[in-house]
Amino acid sequence: MQEFEPKIVAFVCNWCTYAGADLTGTSRIKYSANVKIIRFPCTGRIDFMILMKAFENGADGIIVSGCHPNDCHYSTGNFHARRRWIVFRNLLNFSGIDTERIQFSWVSAAEGFKWADVVNNTVKKIREIGPYENYNKIAVSTLFKEEGATNE
Amino acid sequence: MSDLIKKVTALLNDKTINAFIGYEKGSADRIRATFIRNEDQAQKLILNASCTQNLAGYLLKHEVKKLGKLGILANVAALRSIMQLASEFQIKDGEVYVLFANADGSLTEFTDFKSIEAFLETTDTGIKSEEQEMIAKLEAMTVNERWLFWNKEFEKCIKCYACRAACPMCYCHRCTTDVNQPQWIPVASHELGNLDYHLMRAMHLAGRCVNCGECATACPMDIPLNLLTYQLISPIKATFGATAGMKADAVYALSTYKPDDKENFII
Repeated sequence: MQEFEPKIVAFVCNWCTYAGADLTGTSRIKYSANVKIIRFPCTGRIDFMILMKAFENGADGIIVSGCHPNDCHYSTGNFHARRRWIVFRNLLNFSGIDTERIQFSWVSAAEGFKWADVVNNTVKKIREIGPYENYNKIAVSTLFKEEGATNE
Repeated sequence: MSDLIKKVTALLNDKTINAFIGYEKGSADRIRATFIRNEDQAQKLILNASCTQNLAGYLLKHEVKKLGKLGILANVAALRSIMQLASEFQIKDGEVYVLFANADGSLTEFTDFKSIEAFLETTDTGIKSEEQEMIAKLEAMTVNERWLFWNKEFEKCIKCYACRAACPMCYCHRCTTDVNQPQWIPVASHELGNLDYHLMRAMHLAGRCVNCGECATACPMDIPLNLLTYQLISPIKATFGATAGMKADAVYALSTYKPDDKENFII
C-alpha cells in the first residue's frame, strides 16, 4: 500500500519564518515536500478564518509560524497573534477540531535547521494520525458534489 | 398603577428620556420588548418573573437610537452588556437611563457607569450551574465525540441569524457572514458553512460575551450555541485576567497583550 502523503499548509510571516525557510533552501537542507508555504506580512495578519479555509479545502495539517516574541518587524504583531491563538486553540478543542493538526512555532530568519525540523516533525505526526476524515466529509469539495460540478 | 409605569411616565414627562425600552404582553402567553414614547403607551409596561430577555441589544439598533435619549429596563445581563458596550465606546456615560428590576420587584436607578460597576461587583454574574455541567460533560469527551456532538447540533442550523440579531454584542454594520468578496462563510445551510459561521461568531465574541444566553434562547432549532462562548470565559480569565462587561473602561483581552503571556503549545 502506498504511504499516505499528508497535505500541509504553512502560514508564515514575511520577515522571519519565510526568510528562515529561504535559508533552509540556500543551505541545501532537505525537508518534506508535503508543505505548501503561504507568505503573510505578519503573524498578526493570519486571521483564524484563514486557518479554517485551509482545512475546508482539504488540508490535513497546518503550520503557523512567525518571529520570536520581541522580534516582530512591526513590534507587536506576534504578541497579538499569540493571544488570538491561545483563545482559538481553546475554541477548536471545544468544538471537536483536532488541535494536534495545527502546529504553532517561532522560527527566525537564522533558523534554517529549525524550520526543516518543524516541517519534518509535523509531516511525520500527521502521517501517523492519518487524513483528516472528519473535516474532509464536510469540505468544500462536498458542497458542489450533488450538481456534479468541480471545486475550483 | 405599578411603580414602573409611574416612574417611566414621570421620566417621559420631564423629558429625562424620550423613549423607554421595557416588556409588554405579546401573543399567547409570551412577553416581548416594547418601546414606550408617551404616557398612554406606558400603561402597557409589565414586569414579572417571565421578563428575562436582555434588552440591551436594542440600544444600538438604528431604529431605536433615533428615538432620542433612551431609558431601559435592565436585568444583570443587560447591565453587563451596557458595561461591555461602554468599554467598546458604543455608549457614553450618562447617555442611557437604566432602571434595574430587583428580585422583589422594586426598582434601582443607575444614571452613571460608576454606580453600575459598583453594583456588579457585589452581584452574582456567573454561568448557570446546568450550563457549567454541560460544558464539563463536553470537556470530558474525546475530540472525536465533541466533533460528532457539534456536527449533529450544527446540522440543525437553518442560518436564520437569530443568534446574531439577539446578541447585544453583535452590532457590526457589516458582519463577516455578509461579506461575499471573498465569501468567508458559504451561504448555504450546509454543515461546512454552519460550522464556519458558529466558530466565527464564537471567536468574535471571545472575551466579549457577557453570558446572557440570548443566542441560545433565540435559536429556533435549540442549538446550545451559548456554550461555545461560555466555555471561553474561564480560560480567558485565567490566562489574561479579563472578564467582559464588568468595567466601563476595560480593555478587550484580544486587542492588547503582555510580552510574557503564557502558552505551552508554540515550539
